[in-house]
Amino acid sequence: MEATFNSIIAAAAPLIIATMGETITEKSGVINMSLEGSLRLSAMTAFAIAFWVGNALVGFAAAAAVGAAIAAIIAFSSIRLKLNQIAVGFVLTLLAIELASFLGDSFVGERGPRVPPLPIPFLSDIPFVGKVFFDHDLVVYFSYVAIFATWWYFYRTRPGLNLQGIGERPEAAFARGIPVNMLRFWYTVLGGAMVGIAGAAYSLDVKLGWRETLTLNLGWIALAIVIFGGWHPLRVAFGAYLFGALQVLAFQLQNVFPGVAQVLPIAPFPLMILALVFVYSDWFRRIGDRFPKMRNLLGSEAPAAMGTVFERE
Amino acid sequence: MTRTQAAIPTLVALALALTVGVALLLVVGAPPIETFRLLVEGSFGSASKISATLLAWSPLLLASAGLVITFAAGLWNIGVEGQVIMGGIAATWVARTVPGPGWVLLPLMVLAGAVGGLLWAVLAGVLKTHGNVHEIFGGLGLDFVAAGLATYLVIGPWKRAGVASTSGTDIFRPEAWMPELQAFGVGWPVIPVILGLLSVLIVWMLLRGTLFGLRLKAVGSNPYSSFLLGIPTNRYMLGAFAIGGALAGIAGTVQVAAFHHKLVPAISGGYGFLGILVVLLAGFSAVWIAPIALFFVGISVGSTQLDLQLGLDSAFGGVLQGIIVLFVMFGGAWSVRRASNRLTPQEEP
Amino acid sequence: MALEIRDIHKRFGPVRASDGVTFTVDEGSLHGILGENGAGKSTLMKILSGFYEADSGAVVLDGEVLRLRSPADAIDAGIGMLHQDPLVFLPFTVLDNFALGSPGSVRLDRSAAEAELKRVSGELGFEFDPERLVRDLTVGERQQLSITRLLWLGARVLIFDEPTTGISASQRIQLFDTLRTLAAGGMIVLFVSHKLEEVEALCDSVTVIRRGKVVYEAEMPVTSETLVEKMFGNVFVEEERTAVPLGDVMLRIEGATLSEGTTRIEGLDLEVARSEVVGLAGLEGSGQRTLLRACAGLVQPESGSFTVDGVDLTHASYREHLAAGVHYLPAGRLEEGLVQGISIAEHLVLASDEKAFFVDWKAADTRAGAEIDEYSIKGRPSSVAEELSGGNQQRLLLAMIPDEVRLLLLEHPTRGLDVESTAFVWARLLERREHGTATVFASADLDELLNYSDRIIVFFAGSVFAIRNAAEIDGEELGYLIGGKVRT
Repeated sequence: MEATFNSIIAAAAPLIIATMGETITEKSGVINMSLEGSLRLSAMTAFAIAFWVGNALVGFAAAAAVGAAIAAIIAFSSIRLKLNQIAVGFVLTLLAIELASFLGDSFVGERGPRVPPLPIPFLSDIPFVGKVFFDHDLVVYFSYVAIFATWWYFYRTRPGLNLQGIGERPEAAFARGIPVNMLRFWYTVLGGAMVGIAGAAYSLDVKLGWRETLTLNLGWIALAIVIFGGWHPLRVAFGAYLFGALQVLAFQLQNVFPGVAQVLPIAPFPLMILALVFVYSDWFRRIGDRFPKMRNLLGSEAPAAMGTVFERE
Repeated sequence: MTRTQAAIPTLVALALALTVGVALLLVVGAPPIETFRLLVEGSFGSASKISATLLAWSPLLLASAGLVITFAAGLWNIGVEGQVIMGGIAATWVARTVPGPGWVLLPLMVLAGAVGGLLWAVLAGVLKTHGNVHEIFGGLGLDFVAAGLATYLVIGPWKRAGVASTSGTDIFRPEAWMPELQAFGVGWPVIPVILGLLSVLIVWMLLRGTLFGLRLKAVGSNPYSSFLLGIPTNRYMLGAFAIGGALAGIAGTVQVAAFHHKLVPAISGGYGFLGILVVLLAGFSAVWIAPIALFFVGISVGSTQLDLQLGLDSAFGGVLQGIIVLFVMFGGAWSVRRASNRLTPQEEP
Repeated sequence: MALEIRDIHKRFGPVRASDGVTFTVDEGSLHGILGENGAGKSTLMKILSGFYEADSGAVVLDGEVLRLRSPADAIDAGIGMLHQDPLVFLPFTVLDNFALGSPGSVRLDRSAAEAELKRVSGELGFEFDPERLVRDLTVGERQQLSITRLLWLGARVLIFDEPTTGISASQRIQLFDTLRTLAAGGMIVLFVSHKLEEVEALCDSVTVIRRGKVVYEAEMPVTSETLVEKMFGNVFVEEERTAVPLGDVMLRIEGATLSEGTTRIEGLDLEVARSEVVGLAGLEGSGQRTLLRACAGLVQPESGSFTVDGVDLTHASYREHLAAGVHYLPAGRLEEGLVQGISIAEHLVLASDEKAFFVDWKAADTRAGAEIDEYSIKGRPSSVAEELSGGNQQRLLLAMIPDEVRLLLLEHPTRGLDVESTAFVWARLLERREHGTATVFASADLDELLNYSDRIIVFFAGSVFAIRNAAEIDGEELGYLIGGKVRT
């Protein structure tokens, strides 16, 4: 039991980092659709660089740079060139996937450095809780920090409130003296860098090594989890852990029913559609209305200006 | 702006894309000229290679033609991959269950493929119009469900006698193979190519010559004006999904009946997503689909040679396709910006 | 302290929105900026608040020339603007709206912000529940929140852009009290309006703007006649009104209560006769658009009934209205009327009742050619909508009106058109009276209302303020009525 929960927390960690990054980006009003590609290319880059240098940390830095660069292309083409964010994001997805396969070809099957386990002294000795939450490595601890920091930034800081403002109604934020487009650019880059770190976590921590199917479909799942999470860091994290649990469950079921193992990875997708129908249903909305104190957590409305271009008239 | 002037940003973008491609080859230590020679030779170098390229061209044409319709209605039909797969599954079902000669079986397989793709697309459409689920996520989810279903069928109910393997179902009986025309010592995929070109022609006709197509374009460009003009907008969106899905489904039929002759898990061949690239590059118009799709499958088919001859990953083809589309989009946006700057300098902030 | 505006110029393409505007406002003054729709008031205020950069000229506050390149600069200089539609964040709480964009430490101390909100709003006599969503506030309360915020941030100059749009009568009284208090406290308050009554009741001094220029400056009080004349120029009525005998009732509205956004119309009764032309006058947002949209079936009435030519259309859908011969022409030509990327010929096909599957493009082009000639549209059958000028877009929309129309609903049919196009559009519209078509149109142009209506209905703050026979009133009286005053 302890081991199961421990592996759920570990399995969800990269997804947490990626979804927090995307939540920040989308809250500011930009959609980075390229997650599936970003994750793959950054996972590949992280492995390749770490393999060359022999240092996992350098791999993480390189992956963050790749994720940030892809995000920067999307932000630039939207803000400056006024191109459709979805179109650019989609093309970049396919491009990054192919680029990862092409450049990573020679690294398939190699063994590289990994993130060392790092149980936290004392805390990891606590019965159950210690084993589940504090017997991990830096990536997992970083995922905790990502959740808390994103939540804290959004709801407890002044720039975080402004961030929500530029994604909700950019012209009003602009009227209050906030440099909308500059902030959007940097939040998109920041979110992209986090996606890159998540990619590195896959190839240097969770699954070790590079192959094309390493992060298969997790980018698309991450996009859906952000919607399911209603752009609230805690609900998004809940969605990511739920998915992590599903993954671990599938893995364990594989031993019992070998036949369904091929199909189980698909299970999240019909669930994702149902979950989206659910959070957009009138029923769920009424629940949200009943608990006004928790409206941030229970609301499902996208930032009103998400995906649009802001021009000062 | 004259037509030649309009082509300049595109040509510059193509040149830049090619430069980036060469740079990438140099990075991995591959000989650029030899690589491009192999790309061309691998796709158009001999009769059998041309035939293989044409066979790959057909499903891409079908999927792209369907996407032109959904894009015309302002929809992001990311579910196109799943629609191709469902078409393939439905056609396989017919091939496995319906007895009779080929002239009965094959039309039924095409019809079944169309229905399979259509239903899958309309499902994404209903999720959008009635469930508020954006077509990108509804479609994407249905893509993976379809892929899962194909895998399940291949290793489960439709598995080869005795072995459950992801390499595919049993080969169809010969009546369910699309016949080829023998010439120059190889078989030519005449029926798939006809289906592909016909689909482009039909879509071109629909958008160019019919009231339906005109109303669809209006809905895609401005749903509110269209509503005020008395067009039932939801019904037209679902109609676009239906046509797009049916054509994608026929692409799936072609994949099972003319190429694999069985159902395999990766039956879509990625032609759905590749179709989106083709349509983006074609500027959403049916006219340019055929040559661009041919160019793209040429790259795809040719790039399989790179692996054999140079030990280079065949993904280079996909990289090249992606870079081309990205750069051409940038080129287009850049020229639009320049043009608008010239017209109204005072309005720029 | 004084605010000086020196020779401000601002062009948008060929339009001179500000054409050398110069005036000065003193400390502690409540200064009215009057002008009709499109006179250039908004552009000027957006320059003051940093949204636009002026092409030339200067804004001087306290003897210091300000550099206003963004709203941030304006806020730093102490200039705050209240937009007509308060720029607030609807899904956020009152407190978050108050704090958003304010300077201070990274950590947001909500209890400190709440104390500030209580303090400043208390000084102004406002009361807020900090945890309420702004979505649930009335427009008046959103305004109060914005005022509180601007004062908290240290604004010395406050600009109010049409602040009384969409607020209730009692809120208006409270707003005016606030403005007087602020001015008495030594602030500069600019009150931008086209409502005579309000400027007369409130302001110490006034500047009238017309076509981007200052045409009049005065200390109040000034007679209404003077202000009307300065705002609208000389209103003239052409005498060539051709009378068409009116028929029996075409449109009958009984006890209709309509509500759309912040606009609310209660218990409206109206009859429009066959061949009659009824003009709807009033300030933007006074209820004209809502009435037109309700007649078209786009706004469902909360109560009451709508009958067209004896057919009950009270709860009929928009498409059922279309089928019953009701045609609506909205104000946004390229947003709500035409479709971008679609040609003239294609628009005419879309608008026709031709239902054949294949379009006969040859016939369509021929027909488009004929309509282009008949309506003098400058364009080819293949010209797409966005290539046409505003006047030609309107001509195309006219050409798209079906022949058999019982009730024609028009929103600003000639807005932005030159004199020639205006005359042309109306000539074509008036022809339809001969077939019994009843016409209801909304306009902000007094000439248009007086020249072409049989009756004029004046809306004020969401209710029918007056109904007059167009032949019996002049522009001056109409100007009064629109400003919510009856000439005595």
